[in-house]
Amino acid sequence: MPGPGSRPPRGVKSTVQNPGKLLARLMKYIFRDYKFHCLIVFVLICCGVLANVQGTLFTKNLIDEYITPFLLTDNPDFGPLARAIGRVACFYAIGVVSTYLYNRIMVTVSQGTLRHLRNDLFSHMETLPIKYFDTHAHGDIMSVYTNDIDTLRQMISQSIPQIINAAFTIVSVFISMLILSVPLTCVTLVMVGVMLFCTSKATGLSGKYFIEQQRNLGKVNGYIEEMMKGQKVVKVFCHEEECTKDFTELNDALCVSADRANTYSSFLGPINAQLGNVSYVLCAIVGGILALNGIGGFTLGGLASFLTFNKSFSMPINQVSQQFNSIIMAMAGADRIFRLMDEEPEADNGYVTLVHAKEVNGKLTESETRTGKWAWKHTHQADGSVDYKELTGDIVFDGVDFGYTDEKIVLHDIKLYATPGQKIAFVGSTGAGKTTITNLINRFYDIQDGKIRYDGINVNKIKKADLRRSLGIVLQDTHLFTGTVKENIRFGKLDATDDEIVAAAKLANADGFIRRLPQGYDTMLTGDGANLSQGQRQLLAIARAAIADPPVLILDEATSSIDTRTERIVQEGMDHLMAGRTTFVIAHRLSTVKNSDCIMVLEQGRIIERGTHDQLIEQKGRYYQLYTGNAIGA
Amino acid sequence: MIRTLAKQVKEYRNASIVTPLFMLLEVIMETMIPFLMASIIDDGVNAGDISHIYKIGGLMVVCALIGLSGGMLGGRFGAKASSGLAKNLRAEMFSHIQTFSFANIDKFSPAGLVTRLTTDVTNIQNAYQMILKMAMRAPASIICALVMAFMINARLASIYLIAALILGVVLVFLVIHATKYFQQVFPKYDDLNASIEENVSAIRVVKAYVREDYETKKLNKASQNIYNLFVKAEHNVIVNAPLMQLTVYSCIILISWIGAKMIVSSTLTTGELMSLLAYCMNILSSLMMLSMIFVMISMSVASARRICEVLDEEPDLTNPEHPVSDVADGSIRFENVAFSYHKDSKEYVLSDINLDIHAGETIGIIGGTGSAKTSLVNLISRLYDVSEGSVKVGGRDVREYDMEALRNQVAVVLQKNVLFSGTIYENLRWGNKDATDEECQEACRLACADDFVRAFPDGYNTYIEQGGSNVSGGQKQRLCIARALLKNPKILILDDSTSAVDTATDSKIRRAFREDIPDTTKLIIAQRISSVQDADRIIVMDEGRINGFGTHEELLATNEIYREVYESQTGGGGDFDEKAGD
Repeated sequence: MPGPGSRPPRGVKSTVQNPGKLLARLMKYIFRDYKFHCLIVFVLICCGVLANVQGTLFTKNLIDEYITPFLLTDNPDFGPLARAIGRVACFYAIGVVSTYLYNRIMVTVSQGTLRHLRNDLFSHMETLPIKYFDTHAHGDIMSVYTNDIDTLRQMISQSIPQIINAAFTIVSVFISMLILSVPLTCVTLVMVGVMLFCTSKATGLSGKYFIEQQRNLGKVNGYIEEMMKGQKVVKVFCHEEECTKDFTELNDALCVSADRANTYSSFLGPINAQLGNVSYVLCAIVGGILALNGIGGFTLGGLASFLTFNKSFSMPINQVSQQFNSIIMAMAGADRIFRLMDEEPEADNGYVTLVHAKEVNGKLTESETRTGKWAWKHTHQADGSVDYKELTGDIVFDGVDFGYTDEKIVLHDIKLYATPGQKIAFVGSTGAGKTTITNLINRFYDIQDGKIRYDGINVNKIKKADLRRSLGIVLQDTHLFTGTVKENIRFGKLDATDDEIVAAAKLANADGFIRRLPQGYDTMLTGDGANLSQGQRQLLAIARAAIADPPVLILDEATSSIDTRTERIVQEGMDHLMAGRTTFVIAHRLSTVKNSDCIMVLEQGRIIERGTHDQLIEQKGRYYQLYTGNAIGA
Repeated sequence: MIRTLAKQVKEYRNASIVTPLFMLLEVIMETMIPFLMASIIDDGVNAGDISHIYKIGGLMVVCALIGLSGGMLGGRFGAKASSGLAKNLRAEMFSHIQTFSFANIDKFSPAGLVTRLTTDVTNIQNAYQMILKMAMRAPASIICALVMAFMINARLASIYLIAALILGVVLVFLVIHATKYFQQVFPKYDDLNASIEENVSAIRVVKAYVREDYETKKLNKASQNIYNLFVKAEHNVIVNAPLMQLTVYSCIILISWIGAKMIVSSTLTTGELMSLLAYCMNILSSLMMLSMIFVMISMSVASARRICEVLDEEPDLTNPEHPVSDVADGSIRFENVAFSYHKDSKEYVLSDINLDIHAGETIGIIGGTGSAKTSLVNLISRLYDVSEGSVKVGGRDVREYDMEALRNQVAVVLQKNVLFSGTIYENLRWGNKDATDEECQEACRLACADDFVRAFPDGYNTYIEQGGSNVSGGQKQRLCIARALLKNPKILILDDSTSAVDTATDSKIRRAFREDIPDTTKLIIAQRISSVQDADRIIVMDEGRINGFGTHEELLATNEIYREVYESQTGGGGDFDEKAGD
């Protein structure tokens, strides 16, 4: 049964390097959890095939041992025939039962494997560094989950059992044929050779056009994607006719290659079927002559059985050849799946952990419960002794250089000191490196040179999860998850009570609009909060950060989509949130940065000015220009 | 729905008709073969007539060859018809979408349209090919085989008829049952993928909050759910194969037993018995094929429905019967305008709008998010129709104009603007396809884009990547303005189009407008006060109504909202979002 995505995956063009190795790896993956299941399936398939062969052999016995002798006697005894039929019925029953059972087990195996694949892929994906997501198109990542897993399902649940079945059938039928008649077997083999030759020819031809079709499909998809996104611009410029003309050209080319590819691949079925028939006829003629002359003790019953075998010999070959394309496609998918699984996860060599702390007799110790106080737990590797250091939110950058690649450094010699409770602002044009700096604090990226210290500890020594837990971030692009408003806020602190959630929402000034939603805090948000305005989504993101109650806050354009008037209201909430915490703020609005303890002006990856608002205005440098706006040009 | 799709077969009608006919030919030949087979055994082998074996054998080969050509031609025309239908569907949808108004476009997401034009069409193409080839072939094969079987021996053949009927009923029941489950599975499956997609795009949030394990657990639960549903659904489907076997085997056993008795009583020959056994396979494999067609059709129904949604969508803006194609001047009048995006909703996005703008004026528009600034200007070039009142351009209601003529005179630089893949020249010529190189450069000079374009290694022949990803936000906006200027419009609307351009360049562009295109009416929507304060008049929008309309000084003195915004942007330059990039 084809799955919901039984469409060809987009990237068929990428040729698979080593299909054999991939298949082996896939098999290993299936066996890992379903070794026992697979073994039973294998046995059951063999049983089914054997039962089938037994049944076919019966046709020979029916004619040779019962019907022909019956014709010679006047009063035939049907008793032995009834017993023989009973025996065959038993074989058939075994065949039916084993077919049912192996199909049923295969459902578990294929669906179970897919479930594991999906889970493993996902949990592995969650460990990948941000860099991976920067360098891979989201559409491509998604296509692994949708297209590639789906093609695999078809292969696991259909192609693999069919091939096992076919292989076993071919072997057992071949042996039976040899036993019945060697010359006829040779005739059959010659015809099989012809069939295989034609198959490879047709597959080769259609394969060539399938690749061309895929390429044209890619072009058409690309054009459609671009135009659908720009549809409003097309309208505004009355460009409809030109677009339709361009599209028609691409569309026609696609039609031609699709036509060719499908034509050649559809030749495969009739060619094999009719060659099978020719093979049948040849065997009938040769067998007829043999039986007529009684050469080699060949009988009429033997011919009848052989002819049935002839059919069951060419049928699996036909089936397997038709599976060939889908296996190639599935292997291309498996390739992408395993490639994602082979991606290096985010390295984490940190050993300093974050713990709840309490003070006993003036000494900091670990606490089981939330105390509102946090400490870094530093286990010395040499002697296993443990140090505690209170988390205060003191962050130091010392000569930090950073580039997304080693060749291109985008941040140069960044030095900054943020003492606990301070508010540090970054300003500068897009691309100056503001967001990049904050991404270094939580180690989304690792620096090339220099040191970042958090409460005096090199951030590389802190376990990433604990480091990030201590930082609250509100990102420029707000992302919400499918779920209720409540669940979205709770994302910041999983064990938060409803009261805490409301308190956090109030702090962010989000309580008002949430209560006006149809189901208040239980309103479902779907599609990244599509039913909320941009500003409302930012307020929720702020509430989410507020409930996490982190000692250090990073606000990256957190209020950029809130208009100036609304921002005033939010500002109050933001000020509450920032009170007593080390805060890094990126903003383009003066009001947001004006009261910072220190403002850093960034340009092309360097801090070119730093100081308080008043100091910087005094300096009459870049900040002054930015601030007064009209200083340059007009 | 079927009629809508069938209309698109068009020039491939002949191919669609001959495909099943060729398949029929193949089926007839295929049915002949076991029949001839019986003759070889009975009249050739049993009668010891070797020449009969040759004769009938030759006939069989001829049948196989005719069958082969039937099958191949059927495949050929089936491929032609189905890829042709796909082509026509895509072309029809695409050109139909081109007639959509903004309101129509809003109904579909770009991603939704892309899937409809690609995946859904491919699904239909596959289904159509299958139907053409199999829908005729499978029933014909059953009927032919039954007829032949009845010709050989009516009594034995009736076993097949009964078996085929029983099996047919059971299969239909199974398919219906399974489809019910699959219909439950697919939406859940989409949900699962949606939540994975959410994680891919929100990976920074997940990582920042260290929620990797939490999200993984959530997904494991969802995928366990899918697993359970799928297993349940497939357990229905897998009954197919063993059921088929059961029927085949029962038939074989019955026929062997009864056939043996009949042969003994000389009412049946050995050869006939063997032909009957061969037809058994034909009938049952065709039934199997039919059940697959059912499943395939039921699965492509969803795709068909989605395609028809697009094809059946009526463009809700149409040209008037006697369109006016001359726009007299750039004056704009709003008379008691009210507007809502949904026809039946009483909640107006805009209400009580009365405006009188003279040709050549520069009008600034300012207001908070959601105050309907964009909705207001979209009515001028008739991107949407008003719900009440009227909008007049050049003294005539916009609904009296030919839409293309109107839009050529009212150039809009949209808030969410896009450049298309192609050179800068090609992109600029969207505005006027006959523009000379000099005209393009002149437009860029006005939009302050000339300098940075010349700084590119390939200058105006620089290739813009899809979505304009290789130019910065500010550069993109300036190119979009230049593109609109090339239209040489009577009215120019800039919808927050200089937000990523630094204040100095912004004011330079405005000065160029003032000096070089004084007769063009200019409407400028902006967040920055500095972008509008030197306009002739400024509209202050608040919750879909005009809150104030006047010069900068007047508004500062009388309008509370304007004053507030002004103060919060102290001095006119409190904006660090200076995306220079050049």
